[in-house]
Amino acid sequence: MQNGTRWGRFRNSEAASGLLLLSPTAIYAILMLAAPLATITLYSVFKDGYLTIIREFTFDNYIEAWTNVQIRSVMIRSLGVSLSVTAATVLLAFPVAYFVSFHVPPARKSMWLFLITIPFWTSYLIRVFLWKVILGYNGVVNSGLLGLGIIDEPLTFILYNVNAVVITLAHAYAPFAILPIFVSLEKIDRSLLEAGLDLGESKFRTFLRVTLPLTMPGVVASVLIVFIPTVGDYVTPHLVGGPEGRMVANLIQLQYLKLDNYPLGSALAVSAMGVVTVVSLLFLYLNRRYLRGPQS
Amino acid sequence: MKGGWFRVYAFGYLIFLYAPIILLPLFAFNDATIISFPLTGFTTRWFSAMFDNPPLHLAVKNSLLVAVTSSVVSTCLGIFAARATTRYNFPFKAGLMGLIMLPLVLPEIIVAVSLLVVLLGIGINLSLLTVIFGHVLICTPFAIAILSSAFQGLDRSLEEAAYDLGETAFSTFRLIILPLVMPGVISSLLIAFTISLDEFIIAFFLAGTETTLPIYIFSQFRFPKAVPVIMALGTILVCLSIILLTIAEIFRRRGIAKAGGKDTGGFL
Repeated sequence: MQNGTRWGRFRNSEAASGLLLLSPTAIYAILMLAAPLATITLYSVFKDGYLTIIREFTFDNYIEAWTNVQIRSVMIRSLGVSLSVTAATVLLAFPVAYFVSFHVPPARKSMWLFLITIPFWTSYLIRVFLWKVILGYNGVVNSGLLGLGIIDEPLTFILYNVNAVVITLAHAYAPFAILPIFVSLEKIDRSLLEAGLDLGESKFRTFLRVTLPLTMPGVVASVLIVFIPTVGDYVTPHLVGGPEGRMVANLIQLQYLKLDNYPLGSALAVSAMGVVTVVSLLFLYLNRRYLRGPQS
Repeated sequence: MKGGWFRVYAFGYLIFLYAPIILLPLFAFNDATIISFPLTGFTTRWFSAMFDNPPLHLAVKNSLLVAVTSSVVSTCLGIFAARATTRYNFPFKAGLMGLIMLPLVLPEIIVAVSLLVVLLGIGINLSLLTVIFGHVLICTPFAIAILSSAFQGLDRSLEEAAYDLGETAFSTFRLIILPLVMPGVISSLLIAFTISLDEFIIAFFLAGTETTLPIYIFSQFRFPKAVPVIMALGTILVCLSIILLTIAEIFRRRGIAKAGGKDTGGFL
């Protein structure tokens, strides 16, 4: 009886209403995301028996994924590309976010943000392909520089290598980096900056000691939101990277769709996610140290 | 002028952002098979070539089907989640929402391969339906982000007034809440549609033998001869998505204003 009333009370409670309301979306995410992620984790410790999977526990896939020289170099390259892309996007995006937040009249801020986000939503494949046109042997950059007489023959180090991948990805993820920084800049109480200036700090010192620490949550969000997906980008390295610019997503695709080696593909996917998680946590830890200040 | 150097920099940045999109129409109307400078002359033949291309038409039809279905389903799921998180507090809220929003940062290839493994494992044949499964998954977080800001500003007393006047929970939602968040719903439908229409990796893994528009475009990159037509197609797609996004933005702002919220800017 008591159970019944407790259940009855629970059913009418806020908790139950909330859970019930969220259940369609949550169940969808559990079935289509959590379960699949658990499955590839499981597959990654199974044996590959060409076209079938042998349900036997083994670490061989991980040993292969971490010791094979070729795979390791691709992994390291993916990580390097992602880190460079993240650094480039966030550093380049910060002044833009700062400009929109501090120097654009409030009524026109939305328009600026809209202008910045539009390229992000338009035909990713074609945008990446156009970078090939821009950076190519007869491309825009080369014909422009040749026309101006700055170079004598076309530059070749800007296409089909890691540089091209970094430039293209930095372009693709730029709006992603601006928005979180902008949001946290908007939240800063402007009187704190005035206080900084009144207390005799220079503009630059005020920026370093007041604005930047207060913007860190936004910067952190930008870093993660750019870093995590870029590690797994497939299209950009495929189209502009050439053989020298392949990244881990290309390897995963190869294992799954071409070689039918699901266990190794899964081990690669899980390893990539693991590395990404570790780097992200490390970054969060460093950020916390930075915000705590120099005394500790 | 305020913010001198910052302004110059910001305009330079916008040029960088728009550089590829500006080039697109140049090559779409350029009378040469090779995509490079200098431009040779004006033509519309790449556009007319699109009308006589059955594989392209099939891809467009498939993509529209996938995009419409995904946007409707993900917006419905988004409504449930946005309403639940803005109105109620309940156990596991942060964990469940974290899982639901995860596709926002998870590399798409991970979503694609993990779904592929499970679907093949339980014996579901790859088709447009499986692409829809994946697209709903990645569109839902965006729908929730947009809808949450529409639901956030709702005045709870309106809802209580409806209950007091004898409406049920469902009729209150239909008569009071839904009309107030309608602009957000439309905005979410359009954004989800745009994302699905443009999504490549998940479709590439989960479509089996079917083609969607991005799969078709990707396959054509291998044939240099086909590229000008793709430029023309891209021009149309870019115009279409700019129109859709503009409408979505107008509705999003109207929705926030209607619900009495404050515009924090941007879709994210």
